[in-house]
Formats: sequence, C-alpha cells, structure tokens
Amino acid sequence: MKEQDLISVQLLCRRYNVPNSFIIKLQEYQLIEVIVRQDDFFINVKQIKKIEKLMRLHYDLDINLEGVDAIYNLLQQVEDLQEEIKFLKNKLNRYE
Amino acid sequence: MAFIDYYKILGISKTANEADIKKAYRKLARKYHPDLNPNDKVAEKKFKEINEANEVLSHPENRKKYDQYGENWQHAEEFEKAKQQQQYKGSYASSGGYAEQDFSDFFEHMFGGASSGASGRQVKFRGQDYNAELQLTLQDVYTTHKRTLTVNNKNIRITIPAGVENGQIIKIKGHGGQGVNGGPNGDLYIQFSISNPTNFKRDKNNLYVDVDLDLYTAILGGELTIDTFDSKVKLNIKPETQNGTKVKLKGKGFPKYKKENQFGDLYVTYHVKIPTNLTAKEKELMNALKNLRK
Repeated sequence: MKEQDLISVQLLCRRYNVPNSFIIKLQEYQLIEVIVRQDDFFINVKQIKKIEKLMRLHYDLDINLEGVDAIYNLLQQVEDLQEEIKFLKNKLNRYE
Repeated sequence: MAFIDYYKILGISKTANEADIKKAYRKLARKYHPDLNPNDKVAEKKFKEINEANEVLSHPENRKKYDQYGENWQHAEEFEKAKQQQQYKGSYASSGGYAEQDFSDFFEHMFGGASSGASGRQVKFRGQDYNAELQLTLQDVYTTHKRTLTVNNKNIRITIPAGVENGQIIKIKGHGGQGVNGGPNGDLYIQFSISNPTNFKRDKNNLYVDVDLDLYTAILGGELTIDTFDSKVKLNIKPETQNGTKVKLKGKGFPKYKKENQFGDLYVTYHVKIPTNLTAKEKELMNALKNLRK
C-alpha cells in the first residue's frame, strides 16, 4: 500500500473531532482496518467514507457501537440484495 | 411558501420540553436517516423535514421566534434584526445523499440558514453526493463515447465506456455538493438506464437473437446472411437443422466493460418457418415426400 493512501488515526480524529478510542473501537468490531507503521496507527483513505457513515450512526443517531455494527452489516446485506435484484432484472429482460 | 408545523412533524405537543424534542427527533431520525435508507427519496425528504423541525425546536431562540410568529411568519422579518448578524454554520453534510443545509423556503425565510447541528460537532465533512440517471440505448453503450451532462448548472464531460450495464452506477469524484467547513466535495453518482429497442437480447456480454430460417434451407442446408449488432455475417446452415437450434458466434456479442477489443458471444436461435398458402403442385410434392417417409 502506498504511503499517500494512508492517513494517521491521530490526524483523522483531530479533523473530525472524535476521540482516538472511537477509531480503535471500530477496529475492534472489525468494521475498519487499522494499519500499524513505525509504531503509529493509520487507516486507508478509501475507508474515510465508511468511517463518516459510522460516525453519523454513532454520534448523530446516538446508536451504540453494537448497534452500529449490526446496522452496518445489515446495510451491506441490503446493498448486496439490491445488486442481485438489478442483475436478475437484467437477466429477466432477456425473456421479455 | 406554506407554513410548516414543526411540532406535527416531530409528533410532539407545543408544550414539549427539550428532552421530548430530542427523543422524538432521535426516534424519527433513526427511522428515516439516509444512511439507513439508501436510495430512498421519500425517506430522504422526510429526514430533511425532521431535521429542519429539530433545527428550529431544539434551539431555544429559534423555537421562541417560531412560537411567537408561527403561522404569521411573513412578519418575522422585523423580529430582532440585530440577531441576523448571527453566523449559522451547518455541522455536516452527509455522503448519504442529503445535506443539513437543505432547508425549506419557510425555514430560510425565518432563520436565514442552517444552525449548528444537534450534536454540535464542528467538523469538516464531505459535501453531499449527487445522484443522477442517464438514459441511453443499447446502441449508445456499444461503443466508448463522451457525453456532456449538466448537473446543478455545471457541464461535466464524461466518458461512457462501452459495455456498461443497465442499472450500473459510476462515480465521478468531486462533482457532488460542496464540502462543509472546508471538507472535500461530494461525488457524483451516475446510474445508467439502458433501453433496448433492438432485436438483440443482452445478458452481460452475450447477445441473443432469433432468426427465421426457411424450411428448405433448414432441410437441405445452405447459407444465410444475418445481422450481428454492428455488421452482417454469413452463416453455413447444416442440412437437417432443427427448429430451435442454437449456434454460438464467438466474439460477436457485446463489448466487455473496460476490456478493450474483447467481446462476448452472439447466440443465434433458428426458427424454421413453415411455408403457407401452398399451391396444388406443392401439396402434391409434399404428399409425395410424405409417402416416401412411410
């Protein structure tokens, strides 16, 4: 992974005004992946959008992390099912 | 511009206290939050209403002004003009397809803009993502081409790669709403809606077509020229070809998405056509053939 794809957890937390412990908790729930480099913690910038979503669920909707974990996984399932429906609809068009 | 009953939106009485408002807002926000209802325009609209109601009722000054003028909001402009100096800042805009700043005309008129969000966090957030639908035909997506779209009065020239699927979504980075508090812009998501006015049916990269085959060619064999998606091809028909026989023409299907010069296959199904309006002579010969098979 390239260095420029990483952002330090400390910087991220400062920018979003959330405690470091929040990011660490997200990792504990296996919702995000934290990378350790030279004794410092980093995350891939591709995960930022996902982290923003998790922050909104936790802070703005006041949902605890167990709930965030469950909701996020269910949303993933909804997304997968929507993709499958789209694929099947396209397939069905062949027979119409 | 109509009066909006914020109490009704949150389902609370006019005597509700701060805790009641917060509780009602949280409950409804959890139900209609765009993160929990992706691609649901109704939920998104509802969430905006709830959010706006909360912006007014959870801030004592806003609530006081709203309660005082209520349905006579047109006269609210005179209300403490000095307070208009107050700087309102939105706390965030989500990537879930909405922005807190997106308030009704009624709200804008009374309060002039978005106040700080419920959580009070002053954070930099990405601008909202925009979703757009682009109508194309199957012929359009057979070749890679450029197209200019107008999104929020801005022209964006995009390349549409050959082989995109119906319903597929592509992301145009940074062309969504503006970031909040210095955050990055959101992204533009374009969903392709592909109609198919052709005789070809598409399944991913493969194409399917039915062609008519006259009885005599089906029985005796011969040659048949058919249309592929972009050209013509001559086929050798084997003698005694049965109705419904399927042949595969390799590489004559649809372009593979983002794989230059790679194509799926074309499947041709023969439909043997039985001659009609037979002449007496034809009937006589058919009977002769029939008797030969006995």
